[in-house]
Amino acid sequence: MTMSTRIAAAASAITMIAAIPASAEVLFWSTQARPAEEAQAMRQEVLGGFEPGVDYQPNEDGPWLTRLQAEDQAGSGSIGVLGALHGNFSAIDPDKLVDLGDMGITASSETFNSLAKLGTDTAQYVPWMQASYIMAASRQALDYLPEGADIDALTYDQLIEWSANVHEATGEPKFGFPAGPKGLKHRFFEGYLYPSYTDGVVRTFASPEAVTAWEKFSELWEHTNPASTNFSFMQEQLLSGDAWIVFDHTSRLAQAFNERPDDFVAFPAPAGPAGRGFMPVLAGMAIPETAPDKDEARALVEYMMTPEAQIATLRATSFFPVIDVELPDDLPPAVKAAGDAVAKMSAAEDANPGLLPSGLGDRGGDFDRVFNDTFERIILAGQPIEAVLQDQKTALQRVMEETGAPCWAPDAPSEGACPVE
Amino acid sequence: MNARLLPYLLILPVTLFLCVFFLYPFILVAQQAFSNGGEASLQNFRDVIGYWKFPISLRNTFLLAIIVVPIQLALSLLMATMVSKMKKGRDLVLYVWTIPLGISDLAAGIIWLAIFEQSGFLNSMLAGVGAVDAPVNFLSYQNTFIVFLAIMLAEIWRATAIMLVIIVAGIGLIPKEYYEAAEVFGASPWKRFVKITLPLLRPSLQTALILRVVLAFEVFAVVAALGGTLFPVLMGEIYSYQFDLQNGGNAAALALIVLGISLAFTLIILRALRVPKGATI
Repeated sequence: MTMSTRIAAAASAITMIAAIPASAEVLFWSTQARPAEEAQAMRQEVLGGFEPGVDYQPNEDGPWLTRLQAEDQAGSGSIGVLGALHGNFSAIDPDKLVDLGDMGITASSETFNSLAKLGTDTAQYVPWMQASYIMAASRQALDYLPEGADIDALTYDQLIEWSANVHEATGEPKFGFPAGPKGLKHRFFEGYLYPSYTDGVVRTFASPEAVTAWEKFSELWEHTNPASTNFSFMQEQLLSGDAWIVFDHTSRLAQAFNERPDDFVAFPAPAGPAGRGFMPVLAGMAIPETAPDKDEARALVEYMMTPEAQIATLRATSFFPVIDVELPDDLPPAVKAAGDAVAKMSAAEDANPGLLPSGLGDRGGDFDRVFNDTFERIILAGQPIEAVLQDQKTALQRVMEETGAPCWAPDAPSEGACPVE
Repeated sequence: MNARLLPYLLILPVTLFLCVFFLYPFILVAQQAFSNGGEASLQNFRDVIGYWKFPISLRNTFLLAIIVVPIQLALSLLMATMVSKMKKGRDLVLYVWTIPLGISDLAAGIIWLAIFEQSGFLNSMLAGVGAVDAPVNFLSYQNTFIVFLAIMLAEIWRATAIMLVIIVAGIGLIPKEYYEAAEVFGASPWKRFVKITLPLLRPSLQTALILRVVLAFEVFAVVAALGGTLFPVLMGEIYSYQFDLQNGGNAAALALIVLGISLAFTLIILRALRVPKGATI
């Protein structure tokens, strides 16, 4: 064997080894189910049933988008299916995603189906699973509930009183808020505090009602564990006892309920003068134009939307199905608790559901930053509320004008860009 | 081989490497910073400078550099003088002192987080000796001074060794004759340090300071681990523009601002510590 034939043989062997997984498995490039246990459950329980095999790779948002963009710029790629939140998809140019309207698979919610069009006239992603944000508390906190308060129909005033009672009784502030760098605090302001107090998010950003909302939140903050600025997954503080009453994403509370189901209760978000504001979380699946085998990718998306896969996903990630399915009785405790709380929240008489911000394209991060900055300035830096709102208002106005995004519920509809009044 | 061409031939690989992996990306970043929607514009710079957190992060970065670098300079001079006086075990001490150099800055941040956090070593120690009843939350928004102090300590612990190594090498180059002559004339140790060591150490000090100051303006991982968003610095803002806001233009503009600051300080140090022409050791 000469040197060159040896090299050629070695090279072809390497190509063959490298080619085997590429031709057999679909690369599922996802921002969801990142914790190791969830990713493992996705691989074994959910995707194990898909015959050609799936390489499930969860990633942080930054690297997720970077690889997608790199494949797009190179004109060829290995990603088969994308899994991400609505916000991740809206930051992508719809031309770079395969139109999926012809697949005939839709969610049972028309709102989700129209969000999935990303402003075009056909579906750019298929709604995959949903979740929401709820409240949770340690059972020991229940003793301090204000008199006459119904935990399933709390108001913000009662929540403040309750947290104050706990603070007084234990000597420590025990309300917990995910204000850490990876925490989802902006969703609380966008989908809960603002709708509950101002019946809007954008139009009412600097309204007198918004000033009241921030005053109330400052009151609540007095009874909030000051270490909250480091909290990102409230299940940890529930379990450690650093926080007794918390707000967070259902899947970021799941561990607490699964580990010690008898110690915690889940309940709906509180109501303000304008109703009980709450917001859904929507994840979807899309196929990039650079996918190596689009038919197999479509087959994987179809598989994920079967009732069995949707229920397996629910067990794996605590995200609920988006299609109508009969839920089995033996679900994990976290799923039961969160499901009940979300059901009570949406069925409440004063429910004031908000939508995910839409039409912002890749400026979603700037929109969230307006709310995070407002929080940092008013609550952490103690700056005067009205002045901060007036100042932040110009930043919000700019995002809305530059994207031309029309208002979404609970803001009243607008013609053209949603105005900040 | 032509002897005049040989040096150029030898540095060719490095030059090519730098062109491909430094100069070319740098030009792309500069392009990105000075364009907005395909047109040449300064909008990116206006955006990042106009943002309310820019003055705060600029101030924090400078504050950290201005306090940390002089302390490190003094410490590394002291440590280097001590080491150079040692007869036995000099290498061992040097190895131990340079251990932090081998640890990544994020790991260094996490080590100090393990000390300062609410369930950290400092709290268990304080509780152990009965100084506090309940764990104190040191790294909170209410005590930004302590957050700053923790970051400062971590930075000093982590990056003093890099100056130390350069200065130890520099001290080794100073001929013994000067010290012997000074001793003959009865100069005190302090006088010998000020009149001989410091002036002859200029080239090493220059290198050490430039390296350290440039690194100080790039501080990121230690701050992210200990302060999160409580102590914004320029590098952290660049990261958040790039990854949270997906705004490459703004990130590039801020990166160029940091580059400008680093360049300015490098020039100042080069000028202030220049070795006069013809003066050699």
